[in-house]
Amino acid sequence: MFRSIGDWFAVCETTGVDLPTAVMQTEARESGRDPEAIRAKIADALAVMRQAVSEGLETTEPSPSGLTGGRARRLADTGPGLLGPTFTDMLSRAIATLEVNARMGLIMATPTAGAAGVVPAVLLTLAEDRGWSDEQLVDALLVAGGVGAVIAERASIAGAGGGCQAETGSAAAMASAAVAWLEGGTREQVAQAIALTLQGMLGLICDPVAGLVEIPCAYRNASAAVNAVAAAEMALAGLDFPIPVDEVIDVMGEVGSKLDVRYRETALGGLAATPAGQRIAEQAGMEQLVQLQRKGRTRGEDTRRFGPS
Amino acid sequence: MTGLFDILGPRMVGPSSSHTAGACRLGYVVQAIVGGAPDEAVVGLHGSFAMTGEGHGTRAAILGGLLGFRPDDPRIRDSQELAREAGLDTRFEIVDLGEEAHPNTARFAVQRGDDRVEVTGCSIGGGRIRVQRIDGFPVDLSGSLPTVVVVGDDVPGTVAEITGMIAGHGLNLATIRVDRTGRGERALMTIETDEDVPAPVLAELAERPWVHWVRNVHQLND
Repeated sequence: MFRSIGDWFAVCETTGVDLPTAVMQTEARESGRDPEAIRAKIADALAVMRQAVSEGLETTEPSPSGLTGGRARRLADTGPGLLGPTFTDMLSRAIATLEVNARMGLIMATPTAGAAGVVPAVLLTLAEDRGWSDEQLVDALLVAGGVGAVIAERASIAGAGGGCQAETGSAAAMASAAVAWLEGGTREQVAQAIALTLQGMLGLICDPVAGLVEIPCAYRNASAAVNAVAAAEMALAGLDFPIPVDEVIDVMGEVGSKLDVRYRETALGGLAATPAGQRIAEQAGMEQLVQLQRKGRTRGEDTRRFGPS
Repeated sequence: MTGLFDILGPRMVGPSSSHTAGACRLGYVVQAIVGGAPDEAVVGLHGSFAMTGEGHGTRAAILGGLLGFRPDDPRIRDSQELAREAGLDTRFEIVDLGEEAHPNTARFAVQRGDDRVEVTGCSIGGGRIRVQRIDGFPVDLSGSLPTVVVVGDDVPGTVAEITGMIAGHGLNLATIRVDRTGRGERALMTIETDEDVPAPVLAELAERPWVHWVRNVHQLND
């Protein structure tokens, strides 16, 4: 795929194609798949996203650890909240996918399993309000995929590589660009949506309690969805961000690589290493993790060998 | 290189693309190399695979992969029981493969019938994997292309023979890599192609006098 947002846009400029078409043509060339097969695979991804959201809202069964399960439903049942029904739907759907994920249910990793709630929550919820068709959503996912691929090339999409900014931050940037594009935004506005999303998520650490993809992940997916929509709205209104998007992505990569490994999916720092986090890890039977967490707290021991990936 | 479906996917059962989907793919590659679900497997888990693997279903995912399940197969949840029913005798151990090893590395020693193979690979994020070692030979396989693995005697002309055979069937070769234990000893070849190499071609290859065994590893990101 493309090495920069700038390269992607230059292809659109010189060949006169739109953003999803440039992604489609590049993927078809690089993978050898024909465009129809690519669209069918994306349509399947959309179906899996929908299925995970409904399953997460219907099933209140707790995850094996008991840390999540039923929260999405509780939020949805409480009903229209502070910003109206669309906002509540979006938050509950982000959490729903992560609750399905925690129960080893079927999800689309977009771009990872830990961030799988963001893109579906944003796109499926706004589609109802804005009347986007499934064909438009497939195009929007091409745009989202193009954004994710650039971030994977220039920075990271893995929590072990760059913290949570690399996971929910990337997912939010993907969703935001997709929304800006669906709403008829210009290429410049799509770029602004990505930059505005990422600037708000720089530095976010990955600190999964008990090493499980549950807390804070489920709630961070909800917050990331909010960031995505906020950035798209600002970008579509013509608000500008003076640092070019590729440079913002590079900053995310730089910050990620400098994060101490305890904040990169090792569960040895942040919320995971709090007294409460350690108690939860102990209850979940993560004996080795608990031992390392204790060592880290009492002696500030080097934990480098467990990261990064 | 990042493909579109590295970002939109994999389609998988949770909870972790690296610790579940990637772990499953490693197991899948190993069973593909040995020609099917093994009878016995000893799996060494290193680093984060050993540390946080329990909560991520890493062992269940590896077992599922060894049974031939893809990352989106719901049977992964029950793979420990299914492995027992299938008579797959597995032992997991925690290993330290050193500072240089990727934190999500697994080392497999598996047996199927009279075949034994040892494979080391790691899960590098987003469900993507790298196979780094087969039977002590260094390799670098991503499973993103159909791959044929050949172990044979280190005799002259083998590469030309293989590439000729593949080209002769109208298949496009993407990469080829050769490693050997020593001059005139054993050589391992990994051949990535754009399309799956048909079974008759593999059978033809397996009949060459210098070939010990041939394995076909299907493309993983489907």
